[in-house]
Formats: sequence, structure tokens, C-alpha cells
Amino acid sequence: MSCIQTIADYGLRSLGIGERLLPRSDFTLCQQFTLIGSGMIWNIYFGIFALAAGFVLATALALGKASRHTVLRKVSEWFIFIFRGSPLFIQFFFAYFLFLSLKSVAPVFGMFTSAWAGALVVLFFNTAAYSAEIFYGALLSIPKGDTEAADAYGLSGWSRFRRVIWPTMLRLAWPAYTNEAIFLFHATTLVYFSGFPALQQRGDALYYANYFADKTFNPFVPYPILAGYFIILTLIVITSFGLINARLNRHLPQEKRKRLRIRPQIIR
Amino acid sequence: MGIYWSVGTVLLLLAITAPVALLFGYGGASAARSQIAPFRWFGKTYMAVVRGVPDIAFFLFFVIALDQGIEYLRQKVLCPDWTEPVRQGNDFVVCQQAKMPLGNAAQWVHETYGFGLAVLTFSIVFGAFAANVMFGAMRAVPRGQLETAEAYGMTRRQVTRRVLVPQMWVYALPGLSNLWMVLIKATPLLFLLGVEDIVYWARELGSTKTPNFTDYPHSDWRMWYFGALLVFYLALTKVSEVVLSRVMARLTRGQATAGGEAQRKAAG
Repeated sequence: MSCIQTIADYGLRSLGIGERLLPRSDFTLCQQFTLIGSGMIWNIYFGIFALAAGFVLATALALGKASRHTVLRKVSEWFIFIFRGSPLFIQFFFAYFLFLSLKSVAPVFGMFTSAWAGALVVLFFNTAAYSAEIFYGALLSIPKGDTEAADAYGLSGWSRFRRVIWPTMLRLAWPAYTNEAIFLFHATTLVYFSGFPALQQRGDALYYANYFADKTFNPFVPYPILAGYFIILTLIVITSFGLINARLNRHLPQEKRKRLRIRPQIIR
Repeated sequence: MGIYWSVGTVLLLLAITAPVALLFGYGGASAARSQIAPFRWFGKTYMAVVRGVPDIAFFLFFVIALDQGIEYLRQKVLCPDWTEPVRQGNDFVVCQQAKMPLGNAAQWVHETYGFGLAVLTFSIVFGAFAANVMFGAMRAVPRGQLETAEAYGMTRRQVTRRVLVPQMWVYALPGLSNLWMVLIKATPLLFLLGVEDIVYWARELGSTKTPNFTDYPHSDWRMWYFGALLVFYLALTKVSEVVLSRVMARLTRGQATAGGEAQRKAAG
């Protein structure tokens, strides 16, 4: 069987398209590359959607934590504390069984017992909490002069936020937020390692890497392949976030711009 | 019963790993700023290598590597006339006497040995992070303090013990407390090392391939189990936060930093 054939059979296996049975013996390198790459679809899906939704919620939470309104502040603080103070792993397990229990109350929650929705919700809340803390820190370090200038121009309310506060907050938070995005993509590998079942063996990259490692008793091939895919993904994230960073800082002289400092490798 | 013991396992891991990692960190940081070049290289390499490799890879591989390394060394000493190759395909074969722990040892010896390896792995990984934090903290101590000590005629060792070490903690503590929080949240990874910890039990309980618990008349208690775990971790985080902020307040007392200055003003 040629490699093209393998890619045709297993390229979209993680979505349930193509060959039904996973290879059982005589594993070729091509099969491992194809299947693990196919699993990456899920990692990218979880990462992108959680980041996009989390960004909006994080902004709201950061503003809530900085607000003078006691109720808003307390709610935001507790949300951030709960999701930052406990391991993501346990959150996955808890959410899965919570949704299972809720399913018997209302069938609407049946959707959330499958990974594509349930795990996405957990990742969404989790990244929102971590990003909110980053944005909150940035919000506090907005130079006083900037807000005073906004006041002097007669800006207030929404336009003050939209034109001055928000861009400055993003600009200050962006290096840390890039790291957060990288962690999030790494954290997506935990989904199928926790409670969420991989229906009909449609799993993510780590699921397939683990499958091959279990079948071949040789972890030294599938895990480096997985690592290679993740390095590529991380480089893409760094590049695209770097472009946004350049755009956020475009009004500043070159040497005053905040450099992106990539510090991978923190567990959550 | 195993479930309840596993909570103790996590606490024990934290209690042993934290001081050992601190020790590794102090050793690494001292080595990195040593005047003897090989020590300096060793310290820097330790920090760079461990921080550069994703930790999950460390957890997956290091334990096996350590285990096989120990057995290999014992083999060299205990059975010098062993001629067969140690690596036979996917198997790692050593003579009976070199097995670690011995094949006929009691169950608890095996478990303790596995736990010991886990503690060592955690300590090495977190020691590198701690080394980095402390290296930074040692450099953050104002140069003038050290120069004053030298002017009083102290030797390099005296300067380190009497001036540098007492003052570095205030700079190291924010980083170290961050590390402690990460360590708490990394404990669910213990199951990767084959120790029967909380998540091991969680996976045992949650590994039903086709979860049909909603069909059962009784409610699913696993949700409450994970809820309790979530609360356990949150409580651990909260207690740590409170304790660490007290320690920080104590360490700041009388220091030539902004925090120390604020305390002095508040008291005066």
C-alpha cells in the first residue's frame, strides 16, 4: 500500500471519514505520521475555538475584576480563582461527570458529554480565566498618562474603552497572552486522556500516538512525531501572534516595542 | 481504601518534593554562579536542558531511563560475567540479582521504589525551575550590599552566607510561590509515572468504555468524587496563597525594596 493510499484512507480518520479499522499490525511510518496528523485536527479545533471564545470572556472578566461594582468583582474573582486554582485535568473529569448527571435531568446536556462540545467548554472557561488574569494585570499597568489623555480629549464610556483602554491593554498583555495560547494548544492533548471518550476511536494526536506506543511497545517513534507536529503548531502560533503584536505596536518606535518572549513549559 | 490513601500520596509527594527541589535549585543556582568553570557549566546546562524539554516528555521518559540506568549499573557490579546483550529488541534484560527492586521483594517495596522515582523526577524538573528563579534572585540582591560586605573584609563564603542568602529570598519568593502553585497542579501527572494517585483512581473509575450511567436508577456518585477533588485542590491553592503572602510580608520586613519601604511607612 502506497503512502498516498494511506493518507487517503486515514487522513480524516479522526473525523470518522475513511477507513473504519485502525491499522493493527505492520505499522509503517507513513501510517503513524498520517494518523497522528489526522488527530491534530482536533487539537487545532479545540485550540482555535477555545481561544476565540475565551478572548471575549477574558476581556469581560478582566474588566469585571477591575470594576468598582462589588458583585461583578466578586463573581469575576471567583471564576478566575476556580479555574486557575485547580488542575485542568480534574476539571475535565468533573465536567464530564457533571454533564453526564445533567443529561438525565435535561437531554440538552447530552451534547456536552461528547468531547467536541464538553471539552471545548472546559477549555474555553479555563483559558478565559488564565487570560483574564493576564488582561487584568495589563489593565492595571496602563500608563496613567494614556487615560488622562483620553479624558482630556473628552472621550468617555465606550469610545474611551474602545480607542484607548482596550488597545493599550492588549498591547501590554500580548507577550504573556502568546504564551497562554501556546499552553492552551498543549493542554488540548489532555482531552482524550481524561474522562471524555473517543467515540469510534476518533481521537486527537496524543490519542493516536498513545495507540501506536501501546501497540508497538516503542514510544520512541510516535511521541517524537507528536512532538514534531506540536513544534510546527507552536511556530505557527508564535508567527501569527507575532504579526498581531507588530500591528498592536505599529505606532511605537522600533526599540520601545515589547518583544515577544516565548516561555513554553508550564503545567496547568 | 486505595482512593483515600491516594490523597495522602499526593500530599506526601508535595511534602517531599518541595524541599528536595528547593535543595536542587539552590545547588543548581550556586553552581551556575560558581567561579570554577566546570561547576558553572554544569549548573547552566542543568537549567537549560530541563527547562527546554517539555516536562511531560520528562515524566514519560525519565522514569524509564532512570530505572534502566540503575539496573544497568547494578548489573555491571553484581553480575560481571553476564554476556548477553542488555537490550533485546523491546526488552530490557538484566540478571536476577540486578533487578531493582529484587523480584521477590514485597509489594510495598515496589510501590515505595516507584514513588521514590516519581519524587526524584519531580524534584529534578522543578529543581531546574527553582534554580532559575534563585539564580535570578541572587543577581537581584543589590550590588551595594555585597560590596559593603566585602569592604568589611568578609570572604566570599561569608558574603554568601551572611548577606546574599538572607536577602535573596525576598526576590525569590514570588517566583518560588508561582512554582509551588504549578507543582500542586502538576501532581495529577503522577499517574503517568505509574503511582496509584488520585487520577489513577479517577481513570480506573471513569474508564468505562460505554458509559451508561444515566440509565441507572441511582445518581452517579463519580461527579461528587471529582467535585470533592476540585475542592481539595482549590483549598490547597487558597491555603498556599494565604501562607505565602504571610511569608512574603515577613521576608519583606526591613528590606531595601519598595515593599519594605511601604511596611516601614505603615508602621511608622
